[in-house]
Amino acid sequence: MNIDETVTKCANELDAHIAEIIKWHFSPDTGSPFWLDWAKAQNWNPLEEVKTFQDVCEKFPNFQDEWLRDLPNEVWVPKPYKGKPFNIFETGGTTGMPKQRIGWDDFRIDYTAFSETLSDEHFPRNHYWMMVGPTGPRRLRLAIEHLANERGCSCYFVDLDPRWVKRLIASKQFDQARAYMDHAVDQALTILKHRKVSALFTTPKLLEALAERKDLIKAGIKGVFCGGTTMDKQYARFLVEEVCEGGKIGFVPTYGNTLMGLARHHPFGPENDYSIAYYAPQPRAVLRVINPETNQTVDYDNWGRVELTTLTKEFFMPRFLERDEALRKKPWEKAPWDGVAEVRPFGAMEKNIVEGVY
Amino acid sequence: MSTPHIPCLRLGKEYRSFNESEVKDYRTGSVKATMSQVNAGVIRRDLLQIEKASDALQKLSTRELIDISAKAGDLFLSGNLPLGENGELQSPQNYLETLSSTSGLPHVMVKRNMDKIHYALTHLELILNGLTRGIDLSILDRGFGEQAGSPVCFYPTTSALGLVMPSNSPAVNSLWLPSIALKIPIVMKPGRDEPWTPFRLIQAFIEAGCPREAFGFYPTDHEGSADILRLCDRALIFGDKSTTDLYAGNPGVQVHGPGFSKILIGEDEIENWPDFIDVMVSSISDNGGRSCVNASSVIVPKYSKEIADALGRRLGPLKPLSMEDPDAVLSGFANPKMGEWINGAIDSDLEEKGAFDATAPYRDGARLVQAEGGTYLRPTIIHCDSMNHSLSNREFLCPYASVVEVPQSKMLRAIGPTLVVTAITKDESFKQKLLSASNIERLNLGPISTMKISWDQPHEGNMFEFLYKRRSIGMAA
Repeated sequence: MNIDETVTKCANELDAHIAEIIKWHFSPDTGSPFWLDWAKAQNWNPLEEVKTFQDVCEKFPNFQDEWLRDLPNEVWVPKPYKGKPFNIFETGGTTGMPKQRIGWDDFRIDYTAFSETLSDEHFPRNHYWMMVGPTGPRRLRLAIEHLANERGCSCYFVDLDPRWVKRLIASKQFDQARAYMDHAVDQALTILKHRKVSALFTTPKLLEALAERKDLIKAGIKGVFCGGTTMDKQYARFLVEEVCEGGKIGFVPTYGNTLMGLARHHPFGPENDYSIAYYAPQPRAVLRVINPETNQTVDYDNWGRVELTTLTKEFFMPRFLERDEALRKKPWEKAPWDGVAEVRPFGAMEKNIVEGVY
Repeated sequence: MSTPHIPCLRLGKEYRSFNESEVKDYRTGSVKATMSQVNAGVIRRDLLQIEKASDALQKLSTRELIDISAKAGDLFLSGNLPLGENGELQSPQNYLETLSSTSGLPHVMVKRNMDKIHYALTHLELILNGLTRGIDLSILDRGFGEQAGSPVCFYPTTSALGLVMPSNSPAVNSLWLPSIALKIPIVMKPGRDEPWTPFRLIQAFIEAGCPREAFGFYPTDHEGSADILRLCDRALIFGDKSTTDLYAGNPGVQVHGPGFSKILIGEDEIENWPDFIDVMVSSISDNGGRSCVNASSVIVPKYSKEIADALGRRLGPLKPLSMEDPDAVLSGFANPKMGEWINGAIDSDLEEKGAFDATAPYRDGARLVQAEGGTYLRPTIIHCDSMNHSLSNREFLCPYASVVEVPQSKMLRAIGPTLVVTAITKDESFKQKLLSASNIERLNLGPISTMKISWDQPHEGNMFEFLYKRRSIGMAA
């Protein structure tokens, strides 16, 4: 099957998945109070009018993330899950009342699938991982542990609260921010000194800081799984060539969040100027790069706003506009659908964005 | 010459980043060069191996490095030196024209700055003699020796000199030049609009035989600048008052900000004030009024209105001339918004009672002008009733000065911290007070332009004392 045929096949599978998910979330027997009430307030019926992903894009307005902050969690519970305690996950570095997503098994399904994209060479099975980064109320902490467990590994954790870092940076307390980062790095180095660890999950800034103070190869690190902040081409190249010593440590960048799951990356390196492209775990989530004014995808290799649609039985979130912009990339054989590349905060070229160490 | 790309230099090795900035003609916006921009991590990683740079310089004697510096001075002034990545060469004339086109400095001023740098490099022995107060320079090679019959031992305070450079005046590069002969490598973030001078200087040093490892050239962002200042144990930064306040009290950071330099005339000489107008004019307007050693206030016991009027009559009519004009006095703004901001600040403070613009009657038009394809500020002399006025002790990037009447007995307290004072007086008692004043960095006694500096007497921080410390030493016979 050539790539065009694969793309068509996956698009058809997505449409079939859409039909199933719409039926689930908008049927009184299986839907959540939020979507059932929402549908009642419309002058159209999703069950009848949404059969394809194209329909989702044309019929649904942008999902308002304030709903995740302002409404009680119970409104998102699909009927079959009623009475089952749920995990409450909060979004990254938000201050004030956080946005929350509830879930049961989605993170396990997403991360089990993601495990298949990791190599045994850089992420050996039956060993130890360490996560250095935001744990707390985030989905990431459980997800990383599940991913490690999925590969027969156990995981050490060092926490870092990105909300505190953002507050320090916003109030120009740079010394305090650095001291807090050093505090996290100190703890991670202590673990590396006393325990055997072969894989790291961390943020790029913390990875840099660790590598400045310890030879990670000598410390036994074989793979780094990294996400959380913008990685432009120069930064990606620096992390691969210098921090990970030109591939001696496998470097796996990820793009993901509490609302989506985890996007895998297309292989990158000198051959494509270290441009990192990510592909959503379709059909469970779909990423588009669009012009928000027209709701149309931009041309390939052009910049646009990232839009996420999440399509699982636990959670339906159509057309959420991420706070990111990216280049739209063509499908590839391992992910035959659109990708997003060189992701950066929306408007990053016009203003400074506080990202700190997270 | 095609548009050159100026790479980052990592311990002297060229490195091209995927991120680039553009250095543009201040008038047309045409791109004169692209420049690699590196992330802060690159600098931090290089600093982990900065000893390689120190070791390379240590292999040469101070004498050899002085000779190399002199050769570099000649090459800087007259040689064709590499620019960009493809072995392209830049002639002195091309350097002059390009720097002029991106900085707004007229050719004549760029040439003066080139001459200053050339002088500094070719007279390094004189400069080091002044900085070290005459120690035998071989002591620096051995680390110890004898001076005036006493044992002396010096050790470096840092393994690299960090530099966060400005864009507005090429001659400030002369400040770091002694560090190479003092065997301290440099780690520099060039000014966003002025990579030309430091890059050419570095190429001149390398061509003259200096180890290339001694040069770190890192166009970078705020994080990179902050890391240079934080991780180099000694660093220089240039900036406005908000920058200087940020690092005040940090012994590892030498801050070069506004100078608030002044001319004071004593009661004994004030009747002769017309004789000193030339000195005042050159102190205020040389180098486009952009240096920290440009006078920004004239403090007199009387005749302030007459002096302000005389300065207005001389400076007010000055207009922007073409870049090539040898009589050009004014510099254009590489960032036109800066000119607009300064103009707005002066106008807004003039609304405060007690000041008037003494140049306005002679200016035939607005202070802020578009001319020769760029944005310019014409000279401005403000008469202030007292030193309490907001415009009495200010410094702007143009020929600007206040004229204020203050009794001689109150002058020293009124002037505040001042980089250069030219005091025109023969009154011995006033001279003694000036000599013991702790708020003056450089003192000129007599009608000497504030712009005249002595290379063998640092007017702002002693680079040797910044980079080396003396320690007590004992040695078994």
